[in-house]
Amino acid sequence: MRAFSYQRIEDTDAALRAMRSSGGPQAVNPPVQYLAGGTLLLDLLKLQVLSPDTVIDINALRREYGRIVVTEAGLHLGALVHMAQVADDPRVQAEYPVIAQSLALAASAQIRNMATLGGNLLQRTRCPYFRDTSWEACNKRHPGSGCAARTAPNRLHAVLGVSDRCISSYPGDFAQALTALGASVETLHRDGRRSLELERFYRDSNEPEYETQLLPGELITGLWIPAGSWTRRSTYLKIRDRASYEFALASAAVALDLSEGSVREVRIALGGVAYRPWRAREAEAILKGHPLTEANAAAAARAAFAGARSAGQNAFKIELGQRTLVRALLEVGQLA
Amino acid sequence: MQRRDFLKITLATPALGQLPAQADTNAYSDESRRTVVAEFTINGRSQSLTLDARATLLDTLRHQLGLTGTKKGCDHGQCGACTVLLGGRRVLSCLTLAAAVREPVTSIEGLEGRDGMLHPMQQAFIEQDALQCGYCTPGQILSAIACVEEGHAETRASIQEFMSGNLCRCAAYPHIFAAIEQAKPLMRKR
Repeated sequence: MRAFSYQRIEDTDAALRAMRSSGGPQAVNPPVQYLAGGTLLLDLLKLQVLSPDTVIDINALRREYGRIVVTEAGLHLGALVHMAQVADDPRVQAEYPVIAQSLALAASAQIRNMATLGGNLLQRTRCPYFRDTSWEACNKRHPGSGCAARTAPNRLHAVLGVSDRCISSYPGDFAQALTALGASVETLHRDGRRSLELERFYRDSNEPEYETQLLPGELITGLWIPAGSWTRRSTYLKIRDRASYEFALASAAVALDLSEGSVREVRIALGGVAYRPWRAREAEAILKGHPLTEANAAAAARAAFAGARSAGQNAFKIELGQRTLVRALLEVGQLA
Repeated sequence: MQRRDFLKITLATPALGQLPAQADTNAYSDESRRTVVAEFTINGRSQSLTLDARATLLDTLRHQLGLTGTKKGCDHGQCGACTVLLGGRRVLSCLTLAAAVREPVTSIEGLEGRDGMLHPMQQAFIEQDALQCGYCTPGQILSAIACVEEGHAETRASIQEFMSGNLCRCAAYPHIFAAIEQAKPLMRKR
């Protein structure tokens, strides 16, 4: 681990002063890193994928950004709420099951106690060629150096949203649930506050060295999930190599509003298979206004993966991803 | 007083919001902040330590405080061997920056009762033969205690799911689950 200076800030004003004002998007390895739960930061500091000169501990801001608020209009989650708090919250479990399930099925009990929601959104890919700095070719770490994953073992890599520059898979679960429900991310930066739709928060794989729309120093403060007739009948299905404590090979976040067997509204986001949290609008369009049958679900799944591109060993994800989505749709259709 | 000493004292106080406003960027990457003075409460005892800002809670427990019961397995948050309780919640000490710790820490050395008796979970691990090499055991026991206190030990399936963050390469899992089931009612009586 490279040496860094540690600073704890006690309030939002101090956070604003600590922010560096520079233009352009936040790079993969910025000189200043915020510390919240630390589960990702400590891991990548030890691997020397990240080497900031300054670490700013924001945990004292939990006083401002540490609440779960459920209202008629929607669900508000503070960025410094721990994953376990949301997974265990009975209101979220009842009204937004896809949110609670996506968090409960992620990581381990210890990590869910430590990791915060804001940090969860910023978790990095598990691509081994990104995490192991002895691999020279990684366009995320060194723009223009190439992509080792295209020719090395790539069973775990993405099939949707990939480019010649990067085929890494987004590893999280929570962001899929948020994407399906049309959530937005609230942030704080030197010039004020802003709100970003989660679907546009993550950048595409053409410039893998920039992962999100965040500006240097910009801080995630909260998440807003609007209420809808589809949030209650929702689920997160996660398929993985072992039954627990593992990243998804394929996952589906599905929310459904059924009226007399017909799909009035459906929201779908896919994980484990894509470069970033992947909203499957083509699949939603096929299902809307029609009965939720296995044949229709399969047609929707085919549409979702129509643009899929295999890199070799990950070809199975195209089939697995479709089956995962079909099963999630049929299971959520059975819910009372 | 040297500048370094002054900054150490400043770091140990909560008045960080009062740094001069113009010191926005350079002050935050000041080399003298690479050392921090941290106040800990570990197993009921308060301690003040001067630490490298990079020090993890795990390395601090083992190397600075001599509390070697907490084990280093993977050092990357994948095995659970380093599990301790922080403010009563189970966390991974290998992914916890010691400088950031603000709540009381309980390690395996802190479980013994005032009467010198083992914690019911420790006793259950012995009686159920829930270990072979023993390396993962301190982390398993602390995780198991938290699992019961969280209310996640109501069924065997729930225990399996909520203990999945603690790996045992000897595969003593059935015995570990049995130990948790044995200790659970005894913990209520304590």
